[in-house]
Amino acid sequence: MKQLSTKVTSNAHGQDSSYFLGWQEYEKNPYDETKNPQGIIQMGLAENQLCFDLIEEWLAKNPDAASFKRSDGQSVFRELALFQDYHGLPEFKKALAEFMEEIRGNRVTFDPSKIVLAAGSTSANETLMFCIAQPGDAILLPTPYYPGFDRDLKWRTGVEIVPILCSSANGFQITESALQQAYQQAHKLDLRVKGVLVTNPSNPLGTTLTRRELNLLLDFITSKNIHLISDEIYSGTVFGSEFVSVMDVLKDKKLENTEVSKRVHVVYSLSKDLGLPGFRVGAIYSNDEMVVSAATKMSSFGLVSSQTQYLLSAMLSDKKFTRTYIDENQKRLRIRQKRLASGLEAAGITCLRSNAGLFGWVDMRHLLDTNTFEAEFELWKKIVYEVKLNISPGSSCHCTEPGWFRVCFANMSEETLALAMKRLKEYVESTDSGRLMSRSSHERLKSLRKKTVSNWVFRVSWTDREPDER
Amino acid sequence: MATNDNHGENSEYFDGWKAYDKDPFHPNRNPNGIIQMGLAENQLCFDLIKDWIKENPQASICAPEGIHQFSDVAIFQDYHGLKEFRQAIAKFMGKARGERVVFDPDRVVMSGGATGANETIMFCLANPGEAFLTPSPYYAAFDRDLRWRTGVEIIPVHCHSSNNFTLTIEGVEEAYQRAKESNIKVKGLILTNPSNPLGTMLDRSTLESLVRFVTGKNIHLVCDEIYAATIFSIEKFVSVAEVVEGMDSSEVNLDLIHIVYSLSKDMGFPGFRVGIVYSFNDSVVACARKMSSFGLVSSQTQFLLASMLDDDKFVENLLSENLKRLGKRHRVFTLGLKKVEITCLPSNAGLFVWMDLRHLLRDNSFESEIVLWRIIIDKVKLNVSPGSSFHCTEPGWFRVCFANMDDETFHVALRRIQDFVSRNKAKVVEKSTEVNDQSSSDNVKKQKWREINLRLSFSSRVYEDRIMSSPRIMSPQSPLLRA
Repeated sequence: MKQLSTKVTSNAHGQDSSYFLGWQEYEKNPYDETKNPQGIIQMGLAENQLCFDLIEEWLAKNPDAASFKRSDGQSVFRELALFQDYHGLPEFKKALAEFMEEIRGNRVTFDPSKIVLAAGSTSANETLMFCIAQPGDAILLPTPYYPGFDRDLKWRTGVEIVPILCSSANGFQITESALQQAYQQAHKLDLRVKGVLVTNPSNPLGTTLTRRELNLLLDFITSKNIHLISDEIYSGTVFGSEFVSVMDVLKDKKLENTEVSKRVHVVYSLSKDLGLPGFRVGAIYSNDEMVVSAATKMSSFGLVSSQTQYLLSAMLSDKKFTRTYIDENQKRLRIRQKRLASGLEAAGITCLRSNAGLFGWVDMRHLLDTNTFEAEFELWKKIVYEVKLNISPGSSCHCTEPGWFRVCFANMSEETLALAMKRLKEYVESTDSGRLMSRSSHERLKSLRKKTVSNWVFRVSWTDREPDER
Repeated sequence: MATNDNHGENSEYFDGWKAYDKDPFHPNRNPNGIIQMGLAENQLCFDLIKDWIKENPQASICAPEGIHQFSDVAIFQDYHGLKEFRQAIAKFMGKARGERVVFDPDRVVMSGGATGANETIMFCLANPGEAFLTPSPYYAAFDRDLRWRTGVEIIPVHCHSSNNFTLTIEGVEEAYQRAKESNIKVKGLILTNPSNPLGTMLDRSTLESLVRFVTGKNIHLVCDEIYAATIFSIEKFVSVAEVVEGMDSSEVNLDLIHIVYSLSKDMGFPGFRVGIVYSFNDSVVACARKMSSFGLVSSQTQFLLASMLDDDKFVENLLSENLKRLGKRHRVFTLGLKKVEITCLPSNAGLFVWMDLRHLLRDNSFESEIVLWRIIIDKVKLNVSPGSSFHCTEPGWFRVCFANMDDETFHVALRRIQDFVSRNKAKVVEKSTEVNDQSSSDNVKKQKWREINLRLSFSSRVYEDRIMSSPRIMSPQSPLLRA
C-alpha cells in the first residue's frame, strides 16, 4: 500500500520471527494448572515473577504511596495528574540512581541529573539510536542477542545491526578478532559504525561480561572513536558472582570524566529486576550532556506515568526494602536456575554455565537431525507442539550455531517448572537418539562435575574455560 | 538528530515558561509573581476525580482492596493493552461525542500521550521527506512531534483573521497544489479539531468537504481530537468519526481516516501519559500497535482508568460539569476583557482564548509582537503565548489559557489585564495606522506605547540568553518539586 509508509510493510519490526510465533501458539493454548493442564507452558518470556510477595508486602505496609497521599496525609493527586515534566520526578530519579548504585555494590556512583527516563528499555534503546546514529549507520552487536533489538534499534531509526560473531567454542565470549571482523564487515557493506551495544548480563546467554571483555570493548571504542552502549537491564539478576558493570571498569581504568566516558551509555529498566514490565520504567544514563539533553526531549514520546514514578520513588527510597529485595531476588533466582539445570541434566541436556538472567542457554545440538537451522526449526516445532513448551530457538537470537535454545525459568511456579522438566525428559527418552545420548551425557556430566571446583564458578579468563565438547 | 534544532524548543513558546519558572505566582508566597497562562491544562474538575478515587480504592492495584491484582497488572506489557482499558476508552470517546458515534475497542491503540500518538501516526503514514498539510496557526510542538525523528515535513495552510481563521477547502487545495508544483509529496492533512490555538470547531459541512478532498486525492486525514470534550457551547462537537459514518462509501475511503486522542485535556491527566491512535485502516492499527511498544501506557494507569471510565454515572457527571465550568470561565474572561476593549476570536471550545491585541502593537510586525509579549510578561506579569510561536501569519494574536488555575488566581489575572489596559489608556497616543489588507474588516486601532517605562527592545535578548542557559523545562515545575 503505497499510501502508507515503508515502515508499515517492512519486516524490520521483526515480529514475524519465530520468537513471536511461539508466543502466538502459546496464546492459543496456554497452560493452566487447573483449567488447562495440557496446555503449552510459557518458557519464552523473560519475566521475573519470583518476588512479588516482597513488593506486595511493602505496599501493604505503605498504603499512602499507593493511594496518592503524602506522608502528611495530603493528597498529591492533582500534582501528579499534571506532572508531565520530561525531566522526571526528582525524587524518583534520585531513588533510581541509588538503586542502580546498590546493585553494583555501591562501588560506582550515578548522578541523577544524567538519568533520562523512558517508556521501558525498549524506548530507551531506540532513543539512544536516534541520538547517536543516522539512517544508514550501523551498530555492532555480539550474537546471540535479544530478538527485540531488531525492532528497537533498527525499525524506525533506519540504523543497521552488524553482528559480532561469537561461538560456543569459548562460551560465546567476545573476542578481539570478532570485533575487528564485524567492523570490517560493516565497512564492506558501506555502513558507518557508530557504536557497539552489549547486554550485560547477556540475554540470551545469562552470563555477565568478564573484565577482560569489558576492557577489550573500551579499548576498541577508544581506538575507533565510537560509542558503547551497555544495556544492564538484568544487572539485579546476577546470582552467581559479583556483577562488573562497564562503569566499574571505567572507574578502575581511571577513565571517568574523559572523552571516552562521554561515549559510554548505560540503559536500565525495572522490568526484570523488580518484575514490573507493565509499568514501563526505562532509563538512559549518559555522561554526554548533549545526549542527555536530546534524549530528555525525545522522552516526550514515552514519558513514565507520574503515578508510577511516585509509587516507585517511595518504594526505592526505602533502603531496608531495597537491600532485602536485591538479596532475596538473587537467592531465589539462584535456586531456580539450579532447578532448571538439574532438570535438564536429568534429560541429558546441558546449558551454558550462567550466573545471571531469568533463563538458561540450553544446548540441544545433540537432538538435531542435522547441524542446520532447518533441523533446529523442526526440533523447536516439536518442543512447542508435542512437548508443549514454548522456548526460544537460537536462530531467533541470531545465533550462528544451530541447536541452542533460550529457556526461561522465573516466570512460573516451582511446580510448573518441574512439570516442564518432566515433559522434556519424557520427550527426550522417547526419541531414539535421545535415549542413547541421555545415558552417555549423564555419565559425562557426572564426571565433569567431579572435575570442577564448584558448579557455579564463573569463567575467570579465557584460558580457564573448558571448551564445550559434543 | 541530537544536535539539530528540529525539536523546536528554542522557540518563544518555551521562553515564556522559563520566565515563569524564575518568578512563579503564588497567592501567599509570591503574589506579584508571573501567572502562567501559557499552559493549556484543565484543572477545573480535579475535585470530582479525587472523590471518585477515594470512593473506589479497588481501582488502585496498590491499595489493600486492589492489591490482589497487583502482580497480574505489574507484568502486563501486552501492547494490545488491557481489554477493559480499551473498552473503557472507546466508551469514553463515544460519551465525549454525545454518544452520536460508537468506537471499536479493537481499533484503540495506546501511545505515549498525544505527543507519541502524533509521532507514531506520522511514522505509519509517511516516509522521510514526505509532507503533511496542516492549518496554521497550529500547536507549536507539532514541529517536534510530526517532524523531528520522522523526517516528515509540515506545509502550513495559512488561515486569516479576515474570515475568523476559518479553514477553507480552497485554502487546502491551494496549499496542496503549491506543494505539488514544488515536487513535494503530500501524504495527508493533519488538523486539531477543536483547534489549538483557536478554540474553534470545524462544522459538519467543512469536515465532509475535507473527507471528500482527501479521498479524491488519495491522501490521509488525521484529526487530533484531544480537545473533544472541552466544548462549552450549545453546538455539539462533530467528530470526523461521526461524519464518515454518515457519508456514502463512494465519497469516503475509510482507510485514509485516523483520529488521535488523549486524556490530557478532557480529563486533565497529562501526567498519566494516555495517548490514543484510532484508525479506520487495519494496517495502520497493526503497525501503530507494534510501535506502541515505544510508549505504552503504564499498566498501573490502565488499570485505574479502566475502572474509572467504566463508571457511567461518574463519566457523565464529569463531562457535563467540565463543560459547565469551562463555559463559565470562558464567559467571565471574555466579558472581562470586553470591558477594556479587548476582543477574542469567537470560540466555543478549548482551554484558551485567541486574543486579538493587534491594536496594541507598535506596528504591524512580529518584532512588535515580541515587544508586546515581553511587556505582558514583565509588566502585566502573565505568561501568554505569542501567535508567532503558532506560525500565525498576522502579528498581534496571543493564546491565553484560562483553565489551568483556581478561581482566585484567575480573577487576579483578569484584574491585572484590566488594570494595565486602563492605566495605560491615558498615556497612549493615537497614531494613524497602516491597515493590513487582510485585517481591514475590523477598524483596528494601533497605539504607540511611548510613555511606558520599558527596559525592553532587543536588549531583552540578553535576558533570554540567561534563561536559555538554565535547564529547559517543557512544563512549569509542579509544586511537587518544591515539596
